[in-house]
Amino acid sequence: MQPFVTHTGLVAPLDRANVDTDQIIPKQFLKRIERTGFGQFLFFDWRFLDDGSSNPDFELNRPEYAGASILLARRNFGCGSSREHAPWALADYGFRVVIAPTFADIFFSNCFQNGMLPIRLAEEDVDELFRRVATASEAGCEPYKLHVDLIACTVVDEAGFMRTFSIDPFRRTCLLEGLDNIALTLQHMDHIIAWEAAHADVV
Amino acid sequence: MPATPRTLLEKIWDSHLVCAPTGEQPILYIDRHLVHEVTSAQAFEGLRVAGRRVRQPAATFATPDHNVPTTDRRLPIADPISKQQIDTLRNNCREFGVRLFDLDNADQGIVHVIGPELGITQPGMTIVCGDSHTATHGAMGALAFGIGTSEVEHVLATQTLRQSKPHSLEVRVDGELFPGVTAKDMVLFMIGRLSTEGGTGYVIEYTGSCVRSLSMEERMTVCNMSIEAGARAGMIAPDSVTYDYLRGRDFSPRDFDRAVAQWEKLPGDPGCTFDRVEVYRGADVVPQVTWGTNPAQVVGIDAEVPAPENFGDSSDRDSGLRALEYMGLKSGTKIVDIPIDRVFIGSCTNGRIEDLRAAASVVQGYRVAARVHAMVVPGSGRVKRQAEQEGLDRVFTAAGFEWREAGCSMCLGMNPDTLAPGERCASTSNRNFEGRQGKGGRTHLVSPAMAAAAAVTGHFVDIRGWRYC
Repeated sequence: MQPFVTHTGLVAPLDRANVDTDQIIPKQFLKRIERTGFGQFLFFDWRFLDDGSSNPDFELNRPEYAGASILLARRNFGCGSSREHAPWALADYGFRVVIAPTFADIFFSNCFQNGMLPIRLAEEDVDELFRRVATASEAGCEPYKLHVDLIACTVVDEAGFMRTFSIDPFRRTCLLEGLDNIALTLQHMDHIIAWEAAHADVV
Repeated sequence: MPATPRTLLEKIWDSHLVCAPTGEQPILYIDRHLVHEVTSAQAFEGLRVAGRRVRQPAATFATPDHNVPTTDRRLPIADPISKQQIDTLRNNCREFGVRLFDLDNADQGIVHVIGPELGITQPGMTIVCGDSHTATHGAMGALAFGIGTSEVEHVLATQTLRQSKPHSLEVRVDGELFPGVTAKDMVLFMIGRLSTEGGTGYVIEYTGSCVRSLSMEERMTVCNMSIEAGARAGMIAPDSVTYDYLRGRDFSPRDFDRAVAQWEKLPGDPGCTFDRVEVYRGADVVPQVTWGTNPAQVVGIDAEVPAPENFGDSSDRDSGLRALEYMGLKSGTKIVDIPIDRVFIGSCTNGRIEDLRAAASVVQGYRVAARVHAMVVPGSGRVKRQAEQEGLDRVFTAAGFEWREAGCSMCLGMNPDTLAPGERCASTSNRNFEGRQGKGGRTHLVSPAMAAAAAVTGHFVDIRGWRYC
């Protein structure tokens, strides 16, 4: 897995709550048997009009957010289906960080399996980031960027915004070092064998 | 000193904890791993690349369900990509020695329907599947939850999962439901109050006299939709209803009485406590209909489409207004005045025999309204055969319903069963997300009886006043 230590990138806003995984990657694209190539289908039904052209009203299609790698979202991001195709599509599109007040559990776990960092910030901090992105966009300034540091657990911009975030220490280590979870668990095989031996009538 | 009283969740958690290495997430043993075609191909490929095998093939059960056509099974699958995914599952099961209930197997069906009906799902077990509706199996008193494909690979390779201990939420429903009010209405009502993220981070245990009085299949409907409130798992302590259901099933324990003696130790000890408790009254539940694009956007059949501009919370306001636009609805419209185009009866929420019986009893003696296209998709091959033995298929087809083969079908429309843009559907499934049943399709979640009545009248009706023939 690709390690995650620090990341600086352009921020794209997606100002709606309860974005479900059916929106992130619609079902017609779940039939592929690979882990790759899903980025072209990300937010498909929002991103494209019926004739296949780009929907100019959808946030991510605006030119100032081209090349964004940090997605700013609202409450309960990633709710619904367990499809890991959702983080695969986000990662393949180029996102490495998603910031939201809350995430759905399964999506949240799935991100960590793919070198992607979901960050929970307080609702008012997320509001503030939405304001800063909008201000930069309206003023035609330089695109709004954030710097994320997983060693210090901070989110920082160039204009004085600085917040720390909390993260499960084990998940943090796995991301920092890009560890293979399965290999890590297999190191505890003696415990697994012992458990199975003790529960032989159930296994 | 007496031991600290423990909940059902704590007992299952403690007994499945393999180890909790310092500085790492605990490792939990997984008793049953259910596999379907959409979320497993990449996991098997990962095993292949790393030269790993399936650690416990005998604890792993697979079936194709999401992609399968519900029309004539003797015909080849028309969609080449769907066919490839189903073929891939078949090849993977053969290569790794996993038992497969394939398309030509009489017991094929939706993975969450066949697990319980074959007795694969049992009390006290940990059960996972790469599907969020795995919560269904919690109805048997198991800890069952959905996982992503990387975790599927982890379970295949190690028969364990890394998990942090979840919080516990008791949802107690006291009293009883009025006639015509179903388990589906109970769970939609609960989601409406908890919100789509109220259960995030929790495992729900449903308790109370109203829950205890539910049949095994009704309990599955309730647990199934726990994820729609954000809870990864929902569970109900096992009791005689559970044991009676499981006795004699294909994979039930051979020494059944001994198993029951073990299972009887599972319910929470007197005095056990939960991290959080929510209490509802069964008598407050009326038949529910969703009006929006998430399952918490729900009202009673006797209500009107709400006015989101009056919602206190700005996120709820925005998503409510957006939902009304997508759904093509106006605030103040009576729910019973909403006309429908399609009816879908099926899914892992409501595709079991009791659901089909409830729908058939409403339809009996009536015809589907001229404007409505209605279909019934049994949850499994067994459900289909049972329904045909009881003559339910003839009740449906005589009324103008289509009678299909088992699968997930229009719950998510990965197969050809989809809504056209703008079509409005009364659906017994679990998600009314934008585009869930087809791009531009409008889904209203209801119980099987409510869906059947809507098929007959062409609009929503209060099933409590239905004239049964």
